[in-house]
Amino acid sequence: MTLEKDSDKAVGFSRRAFVIGSLQGAFLVLLGGRLAWLQTVEGNKYKTLAENNRINLKMMAPARGQIVDRFGVPFAVNNQNFRVLVIPEQTDDLKESLKKLSHLIKLPEGTIENVLKLAKKSPVYTPIEVTDDLNWQEVATVEVNIPDLPGMSIDAGEVRHYPFADAAAHIIGYVGTASKKDQEGDSDPLLTLPDFQVGKIALERTFDKELRGKAGSSQVEVNVVGREVRELKNAQSLEGERVILSIDAELQRFAQQRLSAERSASAVVMDVHTGEIYALASYPAFDPNYFTGGISHERYEELSGDITFPLTNKAVAGQYPPGSTFKMVTALAALEAGVITEGTVASCPGHYDFGNGRFHCWKAGGHGGMNVVSALSESCDVFFYKLSTELGIKRIAAMARKLGMGDKFDMELKEERGGLVPDEAWKKKKYGEGWHPGETVIASIGQGYMLATPLQLAVMTARIANGAKAVKPWMVGFTGDKPIKRGAWEDLDINPKHMDIIRRGMTRVVNDQRGTGYGARIKEAGMEMAGKSGTAQVKRITKAERAAGVKNEDLAWQFRHHALFVGYAPLENPKYACSVVVEHGVGGSKAAAPIVRDILLMAQQRDPAKKPLVASPAETKEGTNHG
Amino acid sequence: MAKPVILSGEGSIIQMLKYINWGLVLLVTLLASIGFTALYSAAGGSFDPWAGKQMIRYSVFMIGTIIIALVDIRFWYRIAYPFYFTCLVLLVIVDLMGVIGMGAQRWINLGFIQIQPSELTKIAVVMALAKYFHSADAQDMKSLRFLLIGVSFLIAPFLLVATQPDLGTSGVIVMAGLAMFFLAGAPIWIFLVGAAAAAAAAPMGWLLLHDYQKQRVLTFLDPERDPLGAGYHITQSKIALGSGGFEGKGFLKGTQSHLDFLPEKQTDFIFTLWVEEWGFFGGVFILMVIGMILGYGAWIAMRCRHSFGRLLAFGLMINFSIYVFINVSMVMGLIPVVGVPLPLVSYGGTAMMSVMIGFGLMMSCNVYKDAKLPRM
Repeated sequence: MTLEKDSDKAVGFSRRAFVIGSLQGAFLVLLGGRLAWLQTVEGNKYKTLAENNRINLKMMAPARGQIVDRFGVPFAVNNQNFRVLVIPEQTDDLKESLKKLSHLIKLPEGTIENVLKLAKKSPVYTPIEVTDDLNWQEVATVEVNIPDLPGMSIDAGEVRHYPFADAAAHIIGYVGTASKKDQEGDSDPLLTLPDFQVGKIALERTFDKELRGKAGSSQVEVNVVGREVRELKNAQSLEGERVILSIDAELQRFAQQRLSAERSASAVVMDVHTGEIYALASYPAFDPNYFTGGISHERYEELSGDITFPLTNKAVAGQYPPGSTFKMVTALAALEAGVITEGTVASCPGHYDFGNGRFHCWKAGGHGGMNVVSALSESCDVFFYKLSTELGIKRIAAMARKLGMGDKFDMELKEERGGLVPDEAWKKKKYGEGWHPGETVIASIGQGYMLATPLQLAVMTARIANGAKAVKPWMVGFTGDKPIKRGAWEDLDINPKHMDIIRRGMTRVVNDQRGTGYGARIKEAGMEMAGKSGTAQVKRITKAERAAGVKNEDLAWQFRHHALFVGYAPLENPKYACSVVVEHGVGGSKAAAPIVRDILLMAQQRDPAKKPLVASPAETKEGTNHG
Repeated sequence: MAKPVILSGEGSIIQMLKYINWGLVLLVTLLASIGFTALYSAAGGSFDPWAGKQMIRYSVFMIGTIIIALVDIRFWYRIAYPFYFTCLVLLVIVDLMGVIGMGAQRWINLGFIQIQPSELTKIAVVMALAKYFHSADAQDMKSLRFLLIGVSFLIAPFLLVATQPDLGTSGVIVMAGLAMFFLAGAPIWIFLVGAAAAAAAAPMGWLLLHDYQKQRVLTFLDPERDPLGAGYHITQSKIALGSGGFEGKGFLKGTQSHLDFLPEKQTDFIFTLWVEEWGFFGGVFILMVIGMILGYGAWIAMRCRHSFGRLLAFGLMINFSIYVFINVSMVMGLIPVVGVPLPLVSYGGTAMMSVMIGFGLMMSCNVYKDAKLPRM
């Protein structure tokens, strides 16, 4: 090797090294250029993308407001619900972990299969509910063993709880996961939460907006797979308002309990002056607690297929022919129209022939001479048949409406129905036929097309008892601190003397030995009630049946008469009005009157009217509501 | 002019230490420190689990680097081929381990350290080729036979690494090797023929690729194809880089990296993390440090008075630069995702070890730049 040769090589090397070095330099510049491009020209685009990547606005559901009775006794609260959650990706073997868990606590049958199925469908990092409604011991057992259960955790959620279970189900209602229909026309972002619950029926539904509260928000940083890393901003959610009812929970429970002696019945107790409802019961009922977590198909079928309609609030949605409880309306209309006076006497031979028809009195032998007071007290049908033809359906219908029948009160329960007060115009519209005078005859005793709800019957009774004030029923006094405004009740413009005649008739119904409700009189001094029984035909009594003397109670249950009774108490300065309908209870005085008696007695003993409704009843258990 | 330097006697060592390129040591340490900072941030502001270990590792390796630099270049010259063949054997061993059923593995665990033969092979190939071309004269460089033997130095490690499978590293080996050919003075036509042959073989090569490798190439060509799958890495990296802007989001404030949007943030995507936090300036700063290291390597090569040293130093510098170019191009979405770390900055011992050995050898070329080497 010569020096020269080596330097040749060195020169050649240098040339080529220069080429490579230049390439490298160029490459470095290219990389710098690319970096500049990404960061300046495309920088904004990537900045936006980065923000999207990173911040997840999470909505925080507020605690739902409580529903309490007039004394603060809770009807609807939020309970803690302890659940076991599992995040599949954090387990070594999901199936093994579930099996381990099943050795610790009892899992409902099929749980493991269900969780495995769910796990297959959802991303591995989303928590799956294994089981819920754990008791303290189960929570403790799982908690202690958590180190052996990777990926599992205990979660304390909230679940709506109804301490009164089926005793107030129809007025309180229940909540359920918001459906598509619930979301229509409601822009509240809360509804977009996957399992956000809204009120489905009754007060939970009517006051859903007030109870719901305002969504809070939490800005969380998430990583690419959606895991939360930390919270950036937090806007507290606003708890829903407390809804305070006029209901007296104890009276409510008593009424519900009392109705349970029958197969199917409903009752309303209200204040004759203020319209406050103290109890509104419908039996049979259901336990709303079964609905909050989603009711099973079988159980729902069972409830909805029952011929006693446990899901229906019969106190506001049950429409029955008022039967003889309607006689006050007819009597009042006749007195007001001057068709009769207090002294008008008519004789009852047990039937009344009109046109080509014969209309029977319930008392086959007849009542003999009757005036309006005794006709009410002994519930003589013929007396009312006779005056009805002269009175006419128009005036009967007008008085019925005045006393609260024929239309809804638009009270807080949307389930409320309007009943029916028929007249010529209605029949023309409905059937395209004219009104038959014979239809007036049966309408006068609350039969035929006439339909009323127990609520309407209670209101009618209240309006009679309070001296013809157009009281309307209500049950929600406050939402939060705000009272619900109600104007003064207008005067129905009925002659007080006529009202007094009606009340005397009703007083004799229960307090006169010949009265139909004498057996159900209240014996406690100063608490006596007045009332009126009614028996509504479900099925026409055929001639053959009448001839054979078939007793109504021998018929199949669903063909028996409805038993009704309305009453108010005390006699002097009435306070409480009550109506009871016992479906297919056969006789109003026998089946319904004792229930009214017991309820009115209880109402007077508890006397909820004594303490006016206030915004902050004391008894509320604050501890049951978790924010 | 060439002064004989022997590795014996304290005085000599101190003498030799003067020849160590302290400037290069400083630059390399600077680059490694960028890595420490980034790793500290990657852990959310903690030395644990990465930055601390990396610093210790770097310190140990730096001592090794100095020692390597002080070892007589003639020793390295002598062991070039044995070292090369040892590497081939190690590659065969890891390949066999994969076959025998321990799963695809790229390293051999020696208990105290995991050796990744493919990393050592990169150095071995450069060393072997430097030695091979050291003795070549102009005539040899025109001889097809001579050149083909040289090519075979490349083919064996390429195949062994590619079947691991580690396409990134095998690519680096080939590229560095080809650069060696070019530097040694191989005629230009041979590169043209090689390029044509490669183009012809490409479809065949496509068939040989693993599915995931094909995915990566396809995804590179169209990242939107599968934004949450294979294209995800590239997209996320670009978002992190782009959102860093001019001055960056600030130390420890890189959201994309810290929120785990960025995959492999402590290894392959460390550059992204750095740039997200330090912005364009930070990125350019790294590139400048790297550029200076490359320039330093070239300078060492140029000053070397023997062909072996020139080729070795420059080849190692190229080796390092290929690492950098592949990694930085990848995170910027210029090339498909290949698992190549950013040397010295990324967390990891093996890559650091191989580049540190490289710098040691490079400096050895400087310390012994005047040494007389035999020709074969």
